[in-house]
Amino acid sequence: MLKIADKIFQSRLLLGTGKFPNFEIQREAVEASGTEILTFAVRRMDIYEPSQPNFLEMLDLSKYTLLPNTAGAKTAEEAVRIAKLAKASGLCDMVKVEVIGDDKTLLPDPIETLKASEMLLEEGFIVLPYTSDDVVLAKKLEELGVHAIMPGASPIGSGQGIINPLNLSLIIENANIPVIVDAGIGSPADCAMAMELGADGILLNSAVSGAKNPVKMAKAMKLAIEAGRLGYEAGRIPKKRYAVASSPSEGMLTS
Amino acid sequence: MKLQLYINGQKTEVGSTVKSIEDLLKFFKLQNRIVVVEHNGEIILKEQYSKQPVNDGDKIEIVHFVGGG
Repeated sequence: MLKIADKIFQSRLLLGTGKFPNFEIQREAVEASGTEILTFAVRRMDIYEPSQPNFLEMLDLSKYTLLPNTAGAKTAEEAVRIAKLAKASGLCDMVKVEVIGDDKTLLPDPIETLKASEMLLEEGFIVLPYTSDDVVLAKKLEELGVHAIMPGASPIGSGQGIINPLNLSLIIENANIPVIVDAGIGSPADCAMAMELGADGILLNSAVSGAKNPVKMAKAMKLAIEAGRLGYEAGRIPKKRYAVASSPSEGMLTS
Repeated sequence: MKLQLYINGQKTEVGSTVKSIEDLLKFFKLQNRIVVVEHNGEIILKEQYSKQPVNDGDKIEIVHFVGGG
């Protein structure tokens, strides 16, 4: 069970909605993932194409919680503007704060992210900032009152997986709010690893939408997240330098 | 007389029937789509669409939700 502010979710997978091959595959992938939270971006509409299909409009919105992002924002003010536009739809009160500070790596701007989070909290949003995997920044965001922290595993869309498990585990250890690993996930193994480190959830997109078979990958991610979480709750054995036999050492036929 | 507006950053002419945001959305056949409107920097809620007057030179943003992570 994942609890963000007063919202309760059974699934710990948050799925992005970008770059799927087509809406049919996307619909099936969403279904297979078991997700209850879908992210979206806010963009200008092509006003001359009134009948353009739109994925959000095809969804049964009673089944999903929408998590709009502020992608495209480079300053706190821009992020707040996008978040307010999203909320004005009347469809959502959560926002993924995403303020990019570098075009090549798409890494978040920590200072503007902090500022935007503070402004959006004042406006009454449920705030989920996408941040770098900085332990102190995560702490400062929590002190502000954000409702979850979303550290990146590695750069957006890179599929590099968790490049700094130490920082991630320190963020998880310190946090009293959900930690959702966001961005950089490439494979089910990455999901399982993040969950075994104690993450509360995973937000991913490209790893599913860009897979050869997005529907199968969506299911694989769901299962990996469930497996990783169960493993975390079960408590893994400590790593030892040498072997420890699992069969009894008494009664061996060779002695 | 036609109105000249700046919609989504582009100079756009609309017919003189457009008096409000509601009219504007109808003009572009967007009245049944999930969109959000910003008028001269101010977000306009749905219930205000019919009361919000549109004037020559206004800056209007019509945005919607698209796929994103």
